[in-house]
Amino acid sequence: MKLTLHIWRQKSPNHIGRMVQYEHANVNPHMSFLEMLDVLNEELIAKGEEPVAFDHDCREGICGSCGFMVNGVAHGPQPATTVCQLHMRHFKDGDVLYLEPWRARAFPVIKDLVVDRSAFDRIITAGGYVSASTGSAQDANNILIPKRDADLAMDAAACIGCGACVAACPNAASALFTGAKISHLSLLPQGQPERFKRALGMVAQVKQELFGSCTNIGECEAVCPKEIKLEVIARMNRDYLKASWTERPEITRGDD
Amino acid sequence: MELKSKTPTGPIEQRWDNHRFNIKLVNPANKRKYSVIIVGSGLAGASASATMAELGYNVKCFCFQDSPRRAHSIAAQGGINAAKNYQNDGDSVYRLFYDTVKGGDFRSRESNVYRLAQISVNIIDQCVAQGVPFAREYGGLLANRSFGGAQVSRTFYARGQTGQQLLLGAYQALLRQVAGGKVQMFPRTEMLDLIVIDGKARGIVARNLITGKIESHLADAVVLGTGGYGNVFYLSTNAKGSNCTAIWRAYKRGAAMANPCYTQIHPTCIPVSGEYQSKLTLMSESLRNDGRIWVPKKKGDTRSPEQIPEDERDYYLERKYPSFGNLVPRDVASRNAKSACDEGRGVGEQGLGVYLDFSDAIKRLGKQSIRERYGNLFDMYERITGDNPYNVPMRIYPAIHYTMGGLWVDYNLMTTIPGLFAVGEANFSDHGANRLGASALMQGLADGYFILPYTIGDYLANTKLEKADASNPAAREAEKGVNEVTRRLLEIRGKRTVTSFHRELGKLVWDDCGMARTEAGLKKALQRVPELRDEFWKNVNVLGGGEELNQALENAGRVADFLEFGELMCLDALQRNESCGGHFREEFQTPEGEALRDDDNYSYVAAWEYGGPGKPPILNKEPLTFEYVHPSQRSYK
Repeated sequence: MKLTLHIWRQKSPNHIGRMVQYEHANVNPHMSFLEMLDVLNEELIAKGEEPVAFDHDCREGICGSCGFMVNGVAHGPQPATTVCQLHMRHFKDGDVLYLEPWRARAFPVIKDLVVDRSAFDRIITAGGYVSASTGSAQDANNILIPKRDADLAMDAAACIGCGACVAACPNAASALFTGAKISHLSLLPQGQPERFKRALGMVAQVKQELFGSCTNIGECEAVCPKEIKLEVIARMNRDYLKASWTERPEITRGDD
Repeated sequence: MELKSKTPTGPIEQRWDNHRFNIKLVNPANKRKYSVIIVGSGLAGASASATMAELGYNVKCFCFQDSPRRAHSIAAQGGINAAKNYQNDGDSVYRLFYDTVKGGDFRSRESNVYRLAQISVNIIDQCVAQGVPFAREYGGLLANRSFGGAQVSRTFYARGQTGQQLLLGAYQALLRQVAGGKVQMFPRTEMLDLIVIDGKARGIVARNLITGKIESHLADAVVLGTGGYGNVFYLSTNAKGSNCTAIWRAYKRGAAMANPCYTQIHPTCIPVSGEYQSKLTLMSESLRNDGRIWVPKKKGDTRSPEQIPEDERDYYLERKYPSFGNLVPRDVASRNAKSACDEGRGVGEQGLGVYLDFSDAIKRLGKQSIRERYGNLFDMYERITGDNPYNVPMRIYPAIHYTMGGLWVDYNLMTTIPGLFAVGEANFSDHGANRLGASALMQGLADGYFILPYTIGDYLANTKLEKADASNPAAREAEKGVNEVTRRLLEIRGKRTVTSFHRELGKLVWDDCGMARTEAGLKKALQRVPELRDEFWKNVNVLGGGEELNQALENAGRVADFLEFGELMCLDALQRNESCGGHFREEFQTPEGEALRDDDNYSYVAAWEYGGPGKPPILNKEPLTFEYVHPSQRSYK
């Protein structure tokens, strides 16, 4: 099949980017979307043009590296699918596609379709963990967890941190990502001791990173390749609200 | 080169405890004076970084991905073994040890494997404490399933995303230490050389992948947790970025490379569809619990699967291995699939595939149960192939998956360069010639959480280290070398792309050093690989510059190393005149076509030493002894 691609090309964060048009004739319906770009890149190199940069690694839809906008939709038209798992059989001969990097102030463009998502790591650093140092754990079966809770926690924990939720959100909010981690840990007994401190810490970091606020539009849920549900945002908001009301300065007592 | 394994003696149950007691400790107040570099942030690297920092060491952790959460450990699907015996089905530390030594075809170190089995129990506890959402029974207890090569249910899992959840657990523990200031994280940074000062590993030269800046980082010890070298085959189940550069450059600085010919073929991958294909996708081995593998009895039978009646199907694994059936170990399952296809009974357009059929399991358990167990895998299969496995059998074929070889390490996980450690898939130590399912995650985390953080203290406490910084001549020399290679790659401006070389190399080593090897094939590859390498250095085309994000340049460096590594792999395969585990030399097989080991002559670890530029590598041998599990013909009949 033949495609017309309009791809965002930007040499570096300091250069001005622009859309560049490519006619791509060697597309096979069995290719993945990234394999289609691989073939385009091989052709570009042969012509002495620099290949299009895009993030990718596992190509199994699990590492969360890949992702860009295809015709304005994060990860393209197929629901619950990362762009590395999107296959060309879902497109038609002669289609015109626009490829752009994630759009969000908190995700600056590094080059072409590659953006900087390190803000996500900083949100996790602000409390997205259980403080359990190695070697101090009790026997695993001493912590009983109802199957329903374990399943719900797993639903939230399935987030791959790709950033599609942010890119799709008109406010560029990271609520689905942050809510997923807060929900994962707050649904489990291990997450309880730091539950409210975690919510405060992570939400404060979200603000610092210049992500927008959530106004319950739901675009994030619509594009999430792991089908994380909006309910994680509700859980985050409940925890955050409760934490804001009940927050007390931590009193540390010396050994005197 | 002398290989001192430092393996403790005495009753195997007490070796690790005694060893831990005997190694020297670093006083907690002194730990903060030491700094350690950890390259790689997968299960082994992230867990080691977190634990070292918890102990008080200063850690610098490096990964080439944009975040440590993306390391390839995240893609492991099926599960992690632990000898908990929660199912009361006869499991024990000893049984896990026994299964692993036997499954590794008697080419692993008994002491290491016993320690792994022992620690497996603590790993599950640690991960649950971190909040890893393992599957649960209705009463709230942990659920288990069984995996290839085992007759007990000892595999813990989090849907089909076990690797992801374990990695996120370790990643979160790592970032907790970043918050505490004990770990400094360097994402999008690639190690390109090892700095050795006075014979000891003291740092790395790394390239910032965004700015292209080449920088030296110095420390008191260096740990490589950089994964395996399976991408030498081009098509593999590894992430595209997985590479052998860190371990290969350490090898060229004096670390021995052990058993490079041991690569594991995973039996249940989605078959290749065309020339443009960039990687292979693995379907979890847990599918073999309920799926039945078959091919048509007749050669060249092109009927669709539902048109082939029951008595014209050959469920070859159940027929040949009645007691293990579809759950035989990976090497056996893979080889049998290949021979069915070689006989002309393969299915699918290319004839390189066998059926994995769930229709009986769906009849027995209902669609809903199957969906609960494997739903995401079925969806993934449908997404890639366009076929719905609830209605038609999956087609699967073996693919390169995991590499059992790697840097040689002693019992303390230290390589032959003092101060350089290797953890997880980057070392050779625990799996022998073959790896049982659900044991890679176990090894990565055992090394990172429970072994390295203790043994590294022994090295630091016993070693006098001079102060060293980036102005050290050794660092300068290494930086110069790295800059020189970068410059050369960018100046060639030849006619061929990096990928075209990689693809050609991959096909070469797959054909001649893949699932089956022969002397003639290996000799042919040993001639062709150096020719291809020469052509690469004359005719590769890497566009762009060195002072920017340049993915082609990154890739070129990695492929250049694969072009050297591939030769060593073939050389290792050629010297091993036997078949064992993932190394199957066609000349050495039993009359039934099973692998024929030669314990009298080849019961050793082959540790290769770099001979210098243009000189052949030197083979060193660490003899293997088996005091507890006595070598016998592996039989799964």
